[in-house]
Amino acid sequence: MSSVEELSNSVTEYLEEDGVEEVNTAEEAEMENEEPVRGGYIFYRERKEWADLEPVPQDDGPNPVVKIAYSEKFTDVFDMFRALLKNDEKSERAFALTAEAIELNAANYTVWHYRRVLLQALDKDLREEMKYITDIIEDQPKNYQVWHHRRMVVEWLKDPSEELRFVAEILSQDAKNYHAWQHRQWVMQEYKLWDGELEYVEELLEEDVRNNSAWNQRHFVISHTSGYSDSAILEREVQYTLKQIKKAPHNESAWNYLNGILQDGGLSSYPGLLEQVTELQDTCSSPYLTAFLIDLYEDALETNRSSYDQQETLDKALELCKFLAEEKDTIRREYWNYVSRSLQNTYGSGEPVSSSQQPDMEPSDP
Amino acid sequence: MGTQVKDVVIKPDAPHTLLLDKHADYIAAYGSKKDDYEYTLSEYLRMSGIYWGLTVMDLMGQLSRMNREEIIEFIKSCQHDCGGISASTGHDPHLLYTLSAVQILSLYDSINAIDVDKVVDYVKGLQQEDGSFAGDKWGEIDTRFSFCAVATLALLGKLDVINMDKAVGFVLSCMNFDGGFGCRPGSESHAGQIYCCTGFLSITGQLHQVNADLLGWWLCERQLPSGGLNGRPEKLPDVCYSWWVLASLKIIGRIHWIDKAKLCSFILACQDEETGGFADRPGDVVDPFHTLFGVAGLSLLGDEQIKPVNPVFCMPEDVLQRIGLQPDLLN
Repeated sequence: MSSVEELSNSVTEYLEEDGVEEVNTAEEAEMENEEPVRGGYIFYRERKEWADLEPVPQDDGPNPVVKIAYSEKFTDVFDMFRALLKNDEKSERAFALTAEAIELNAANYTVWHYRRVLLQALDKDLREEMKYITDIIEDQPKNYQVWHHRRMVVEWLKDPSEELRFVAEILSQDAKNYHAWQHRQWVMQEYKLWDGELEYVEELLEEDVRNNSAWNQRHFVISHTSGYSDSAILEREVQYTLKQIKKAPHNESAWNYLNGILQDGGLSSYPGLLEQVTELQDTCSSPYLTAFLIDLYEDALETNRSSYDQQETLDKALELCKFLAEEKDTIRREYWNYVSRSLQNTYGSGEPVSSSQQPDMEPSDP
Repeated sequence: MGTQVKDVVIKPDAPHTLLLDKHADYIAAYGSKKDDYEYTLSEYLRMSGIYWGLTVMDLMGQLSRMNREEIIEFIKSCQHDCGGISASTGHDPHLLYTLSAVQILSLYDSINAIDVDKVVDYVKGLQQEDGSFAGDKWGEIDTRFSFCAVATLALLGKLDVINMDKAVGFVLSCMNFDGGFGCRPGSESHAGQIYCCTGFLSITGQLHQVNADLLGWWLCERQLPSGGLNGRPEKLPDVCYSWWVLASLKIIGRIHWIDKAKLCSFILACQDEETGGFADRPGDVVDPFHTLFGVAGLSLLGDEQIKPVNPVFCMPEDVLQRIGLQPDLLN
């Protein structure tokens, strides 16, 4: 479950940058290049200060790599990296080499491990390391290793003071970066930095009201600060959410949020909610609104809400299910038919309804 | 503003039949051809890469084309003194690659090629006070690792060594207001994490703790007009979500809530007719990761040319039957 999705893109970058040559083995590469220098860059295997180390070629087990297509620089750096690892060398030159290795392949977790070992063994300046990891993340923000590395440095420094600003900067480039949001949540919880976050979330939602990460963050902040049990807070949130829905009715996140915060109390018990949502139907209709109404009616049926006529409510709910299954959300017809059957079986007065299409049944366990 | 939906459009000339032979050829040749650079670049996940390749080959009935002996030797060389297994030689051990190694050895019925007791110790040692699991000694916490831990131990028949109550408690604390799960408590619901958590709850016999209707609805909402599935709201579809979302739905007994025909046509459109393999979405570059999950997704959808796949372990059902593992599924 690594971020392989990014792999294809990074491969293309490397191929474009390094101008890949056709050589069959590293030895042949050396023979073909009379000088070990290309464009001013000196390979590690040719550097006097590295002459004491024997580069360790890649031994990848099955399907050994036939060194046809990839960059000599890559081989050179990683052969030397393996040599350092093998000798467990803890030196400045090793530390410098980890930066080269990271530049070539920032997803290689072993290089990051080694760099952290060296940071501690050499007692390196962690403020410098923060600058370094900031640059790396800005370049490659969708990588587990870089974010975990940053977290470790922050923990060692015990200094979160730059974090919220930094994460905001990364989010300004991609407001849904999952790693960035995890880091932000960790910083806030660990160092109790809740102030101003609700305002920040609102800014993000102003920019993109469909940003699911921001809605999640809203829930996170409020859950950890005021909570939702205060009716004034709950009302504020309900009204805020309805306002956003009016701006963009087809917004799953907003509807999920509304549903989520009202779950405990029960949708049908919330004063004025049915009226407000029904009012939206003319101008802001969406499958989500219809689904919300169904949920509300179901809650009324379940709680036997006195202000609702049971039969009428059931009929309305069933009508909406049919509307979604047959017209407005046909891709999910199986789900809406299921809801319809469940409602009929639970609250209907007639015979239990069976499904027209049998769901996938697993053979029962022996 | 408005009702723009983030999605792809499948071109009329996109592939619409399953090209199994091409995929088998693609995987069999992977790593020995000219696209070596990508192979080298992905050394840090090699163990998982091998697991993806072998599993999809086995699902296609082509496992014999892979080099069993070399792979087993390779895995042996990747087990460290602490018991953990690394992605490749010269890399550090990690739970992700420990699971992949155990999955591979299970496919090959050669689990004793490694020191099983040490693997068990390694996994046990990664459990934290709060029940969560770190990925390795550096302490990254993620529900992915909770899944890796119990899946590994289940395959080895050693689930009893961990603190089960705490492990379950931690995963449940990652359940969100929308019924989904994230990587840590409070993290946004994400289909990949949901797969890990439902898989975890299946293995640990705790599926009754899931709100199956709520989660099932969130999952079937991943289906876009193109038929493809995304991983969270307002994101593009990706063929790997055909696995993460579909397997989760299968585990909670609601796979029929997806429009199967539309998803099937999306998955098939992600094939590359020339090179074989599947890409994340139609027209992109293929890789083994997406190839496995495209084929596994089709298996879950009932394609009879492919072996049945287990939705919890993403391994052929016949392998799990041989081991005697039948994780719970809701119906």
